[in-house]
Amino acid sequence: MALTASISTANRPRASREPQSARRQWWSRFALRWIVLAVLLALWQLATMAFPSPFFPQPIRIFERAALLWLPGPNGVLTPSMLNDVLPSMGRVLLGFAISVVLAISLGVAIGLSRKFADYVDPIIQFLRAVPPPALIPIFLVLFGTGDEMRVLLIAFGTAWPILLNTIDGVRSIEELKYETATVFRISFVSRLKRIVLPGAAPKILAGVRTSLSLGLILMVISEMVAASSGIGFSIVQAQRGFGFPDMWAGIVLLGIIGFLLNTLLTVIERRILAWQRSSGRETA
Amino acid sequence: MLNIEHLTHTYGTGAKAHLALKDITFAVEPGELVSIVGPSGCGKTTLLRTMAGLMRPTGGDLTFLGNEITSVPEGLAMVFQDYRGSLFPWLSVESNVRFPLKRLGLSKADLDARVSESLVAVGLTGFEDRFPFQLSGGMQQRVAIARALAYRPKILLMDEPFASVDAQTREDLEDLVLSVKKKFNMTILFVTHDIDESVYLADRVVVLSKPPTFVVTTLDIPLSDNRDQIETKEDPEFIRLRGEVARLIRHPKSDDVTIPVADVA
Amino acid sequence: MSAVATVPVRRGVTPKVTRGLIGVAVLLILAESVSRLGIIPGNILPPMSRVLLDTAGLIVDPEFLHDVGSTLTAWAIGLGIAILVAVPLGLVLGSFRIAYEASSAVVEFMRPIPSVALIPLAILVFGQGTDMKIALVVYASLWPIFFNTVYGVRDVDPVAKETARTFRLSRVGILARVSLPYAAPLAATGVRISAAIALIVTISAELLAGSASGIGSYILRISSGGGDTSLVFAGTIVAGLLGMLINFVLVAIERKIFAWKKEGVA
Repeated sequence: MALTASISTANRPRASREPQSARRQWWSRFALRWIVLAVLLALWQLATMAFPSPFFPQPIRIFERAALLWLPGPNGVLTPSMLNDVLPSMGRVLLGFAISVVLAISLGVAIGLSRKFADYVDPIIQFLRAVPPPALIPIFLVLFGTGDEMRVLLIAFGTAWPILLNTIDGVRSIEELKYETATVFRISFVSRLKRIVLPGAAPKILAGVRTSLSLGLILMVISEMVAASSGIGFSIVQAQRGFGFPDMWAGIVLLGIIGFLLNTLLTVIERRILAWQRSSGRETA
Repeated sequence: MLNIEHLTHTYGTGAKAHLALKDITFAVEPGELVSIVGPSGCGKTTLLRTMAGLMRPTGGDLTFLGNEITSVPEGLAMVFQDYRGSLFPWLSVESNVRFPLKRLGLSKADLDARVSESLVAVGLTGFEDRFPFQLSGGMQQRVAIARALAYRPKILLMDEPFASVDAQTREDLEDLVLSVKKKFNMTILFVTHDIDESVYLADRVVVLSKPPTFVVTTLDIPLSDNRDQIETKEDPEFIRLRGEVARLIRHPKSDDVTIPVADVA
Repeated sequence: MSAVATVPVRRGVTPKVTRGLIGVAVLLILAESVSRLGIIPGNILPPMSRVLLDTAGLIVDPEFLHDVGSTLTAWAIGLGIAILVAVPLGLVLGSFRIAYEASSAVVEFMRPIPSVALIPLAILVFGQGTDMKIALVVYASLWPIFFNTVYGVRDVDPVAKETARTFRLSRVGILARVSLPYAAPLAATGVRISAAIALIVTISAELLAGSASGIGSYILRISSGGGDTSLVFAGTIVAGLLGMLINFVLVAIERKIFAWKKEGVA
């Protein structure tokens, strides 16, 4: 036993040799990441100071504006930007995403289970998923008006495809033997769905959800930029048109942070659901 | 040609230190086929990796053609047990054989000649354009051997090359090694845990102990050069030799060594 | 598993095509009748027959083809640059752990920024033309290609690298002749993902910036001119067909190049 372990460390000569140095290595890695980040921020600051450009404000100004715009006051009162831009944006993207997840998984399970059904709808799906969702904005404006319905539906429509395709793929990847086992134990159709199909397809489904999440943010922003009177996308465009470049940058940074947080949240959910298998977090088409 | 003197290797340091190779000394002379045999987990692979220059041992002297081995030396080729990993899946059989030759600056004619000669030697003519996944395990290992042959190494290291193929294929490949050894007058160092294989192939067998590993003994194999899977293995001399190797592995006769039972588990 | 998988492939080709056609026909007839019967007014949902006629007309309209060309130019150049940047970067960062660790915090913060959020900034810096579209496409396409290359490089069989080392290949040689081919199929999947994202970003930029030409600009011109909804649908359909074509071509190329991958392209 000891030897096989040693041989595998031999493949990676720099692997940790004792717990103490392992911990030290963890710390040095941790420090390395943040030091590099800090150095780059500092360089960014210095560069903007050395070569002033209105389009590229100093990061310090950007973070100042961001704090002013979104951090709640000392008495916990939410700022107008938080109320008018951030919360509506989050509401739209989460609602659209929720609709998409529910519909895409249900439809995907149905298609994945029935080859016939799949044959009927396959060309339609192949076409619809290939339409770049922003190209639909004018049509959605005509069909659903300029209100939030249009934005929520656009997000739902655009994010549905990766989840749908991955669900189909995931359902199809379940071995026949699992169904046969279920048949032998006389397990009902509904509990087969719950106990075999969904868990079996879960890794793929979640990979699709991950891809869709960044798509959802893109659609949220673009839909707010084209036609809205609130939202983070709207505020970025307004700032640009009003020459409020620090505000524009603050919006971009905020979107990065929101994306990061949503992604982290998804990772936590994924870990819980997929505790039985190690997920690679790899993107799939 | 290849000299190993008092080689030791310890994995880790401090309390977790694990002495894998205790004291290894032996040499390989030109034109010899030396096999190294020892119980599973005795550090054969570690030993071979140090000789190939893929890792540095913690102690001892290793020289190849008089030069200390600090990295992979020129004139050495290795055939790995894991042919699946060792062959490049995106290259055809022929391109796999060609892979190491690019760097050598050979003429086109020379290159083609070497490639086809090696493929003939391992019996893979007609398979030049196949990809590894289209071949059986035994054939894949033949490709790896052809690649090593085309490289014209001064020494060929083989790390349990036939441990992952079935018994019939294994015998064919063993005979292949003997035939290319004769044909190219190769010097080969062959690592195995199979006692029959070690005796059948070798001019000399180096018998290793359980870890911490030392050389139990080096045994000359005075069998004829024309070996045959059935006749040689019926030869009383062969049977005596394999028995002796087996005994040596089980009960090393060296007095100054206590067998560390606890370490084996 | 194999029994289930092979049956539809062997005798299912014709029924599959027929069923697909039936599906499309049913959808078109449904949309046509909804419009013709006035359930949804024709100026909101035009009859599908008209939309299809308009689509056919658009495909041969030189002015519109110019728009398509403009979109595709920005798309292709941007994607090309992204590949040239992301693949070497992924190779290096995937091979050297320290480099990857050092860059990870920066990467983790930059990646989630939705590319379209940068459109206003890109307009300021690059104007409203092709440069702006290219810059956005590069940024958006970079990530999937980069991450897939990193994962691909990490997956390289250690024995393959050791084999190359025993043949005395240099570090750069191993990177180019072992790690790169090993990572290529996964990187190609990244390119395919990026290709779709790049089209989304290009059209978004055109819609928002009111660029002089491009499919997005065309759709914007027609719809904001109070023009024919049917033409807006037609333009969108062409965008969809273009997306399908791109995906189809990329999958075909992957199948051909990576035939050595027994598992095939997903």
